[in-house]
Amino acid sequence: MFGLNTKDTRLLLIVALLVVLAPFLLNPFPEGSALAQFNAGYPDLMQRFVIFGVFAIGFNILFGLTGYLSFGHAAFLGAGSYAGVWMLKLLTINVIPAIIISTIVAGMFALLIGFISLRRSGIYFSILTLAFAQMAFALAASVLTPITGGETGLQTSLNDPRILDAASEGGNIPAPSIFGLQMRDSFELSVGEWLFTFNTGYYLSGIIMVLAFYVAIRIFRSPFGLMLKAIKSNQQRMHYTGVNTRPYMLACFVISGMYAGLAGGLMVAMDPLAGAERMQWTASGEVVLMTILGGTGTLIGPVLGAGLIKYFENIFSKINDNLLHQWFAFLPDGMEEFMVTIIHPFIGKGWHLTLGLLFMGVVIFLPGGLVEGGQRIARLFSRKKPSGKDGATTRTEPAE
Amino acid sequence: MGILEIKDVNKRFGGLQALGDVNLSVKQNTVHAIIGPNGAGKSTLLNCLVGKLIPDTGSVMFDGQSVLGRTPYQINQMGISRVFQTPEIFGDLSVIENIMIPLFAKRDGAFRLQAISSVDSQTEMRERAEEMLEEVGMQDKRHMHAASMSRGDKRRLEMAMCLIQEPRLLLLDEPTAGMARADTNNTIDLLKEISSTRNITMAIIEHDMHVVFSLAERITVLAQGTPLVEDTPDNIKGHPKVREAYLGETD
Repeated sequence: MFGLNTKDTRLLLIVALLVVLAPFLLNPFPEGSALAQFNAGYPDLMQRFVIFGVFAIGFNILFGLTGYLSFGHAAFLGAGSYAGVWMLKLLTINVIPAIIISTIVAGMFALLIGFISLRRSGIYFSILTLAFAQMAFALAASVLTPITGGETGLQTSLNDPRILDAASEGGNIPAPSIFGLQMRDSFELSVGEWLFTFNTGYYLSGIIMVLAFYVAIRIFRSPFGLMLKAIKSNQQRMHYTGVNTRPYMLACFVISGMYAGLAGGLMVAMDPLAGAERMQWTASGEVVLMTILGGTGTLIGPVLGAGLIKYFENIFSKINDNLLHQWFAFLPDGMEEFMVTIIHPFIGKGWHLTLGLLFMGVVIFLPGGLVEGGQRIARLFSRKKPSGKDGATTRTEPAE
Repeated sequence: MGILEIKDVNKRFGGLQALGDVNLSVKQNTVHAIIGPNGAGKSTLLNCLVGKLIPDTGSVMFDGQSVLGRTPYQINQMGISRVFQTPEIFGDLSVIENIMIPLFAKRDGAFRLQAISSVDSQTEMRERAEEMLEEVGMQDKRHMHAASMSRGDKRRLEMAMCLIQEPRLLLLDEPTAGMARADTNNTIDLLKEISSTRNITMAIIEHDMHVVFSLAERITVLAQGTPLVEDTPDNIKGHPKVREAYLGETD
């Protein structure tokens, strides 16, 4: 279906289903229960899941297929964000033009940076992309203030022209919308103790992520994708096979940059605000972590990695000592203090420590990321079947 | 006129004259071996033919066109393929994918963006790749991970990757280096079969005299960067100059 083989179609449908059902799946705990803390089914976080999913899918097209590690992908995210806010200011508060222009602007930006950075490979390529991104960050925060709003950032305001929109009535800054439907509009469904939220912005981003995922599958399975894998495997043989690797790499870099721009456009569509810190190197590093954590070169991995990191960032950072005291209240006083002291460095502001440990664990024990973990578990179960005599001969399939 | 004409080629690395006035002509549809002791300039010469090195002076013409100043991929697109001393294949990919990549490069040229159509839908290409695998006797290894194969199979695969592009000139850099005797003989048989069934010119750089004398129709002996003699294998065998180059002075 959709020009995909059965396995890929199944994967696409699973992802689509997860996106549609996320408001239920991410809210497994009843409202007001002690575990409600771990619910992730609120619009802001779900939006971030899918938007960073798009970002990571795009990053993986470059890193997973060609092995070129870009350390400046946040520059494209930022460029897309600024372009998006400008569209919301100048053209219309409808997010569609903003999202499209964000993607195109980031693509042009990637064309320029890629053209120069791709003259080198390996660590030099990474450093060049990092240098460009830091340059973009510094410029956005200072010299380019008229365009970027400097350190305060760029946002929509009341006296923006918005030439395509009718003059806004009332004294409110209009909220981003799609043909009248506001991004922040939500529909809440209360079932017994549970509360589920269905948000316009989330579903728009979700649909776009599924589309982006579909395009990524097509790229992975195309002759273009095969050429990129071959470049990763043996660039020398590629040259002696009559292939000019430069345009292939550049095309890949631009596509990857456009994904980042799309993610940036979606971010401002949800919240019309763009700041220079979006381009900072930590943001570039984060997408690298997401991709590696989920499984580099796999289709679903980056999405999982993005989800996991955003979940940790939001949930673990919210846990505080009071909560811990509640949880361990059943223990004798001394023990309770002890447990809280032990866990304290890993929560709240210390969530980076938890993430770091998790990342180290994955890289050391599961180099293929979460996807490899999933495969190992699946193999464990399939081996238990009585007929499973092929268990020993199955080669590790490249994870899809 | 040969298909490959090398005229007055000189190449110097600092104080070392790697190639000095090399003149060489390779006739169409022959197997031409270039032999010589270590440091004779064989590899330098080969690198000048494929665009990896540019000679200081002289000309290299392939089928009437100069190859100098062209990049390796452009020279490949002219019809020159190269087999490396250690097989250069796409180790991370499957055997059939290894064969399909050069086929795409042959069909689409140096660059063509086909990001949406799927590789699986290219049935005609796949069939041609399968035929090639059958020809080199690797059809049952088509889904194998290329890096996990034996040295001999990797060599066979690399050969197939070159042949599927139907090159007019195949350059082989010590194709049997480091191989066991049985593998060497298999490779000789494969090369013999290739040269007899296809319109192909081969230039082989080789140390192993057994390989050279079982394959070559013409032999050029290179010593200290300069061709010593060029002749048929039979004449080369007893040539005093060749003995001298290989074994040192004979008084």
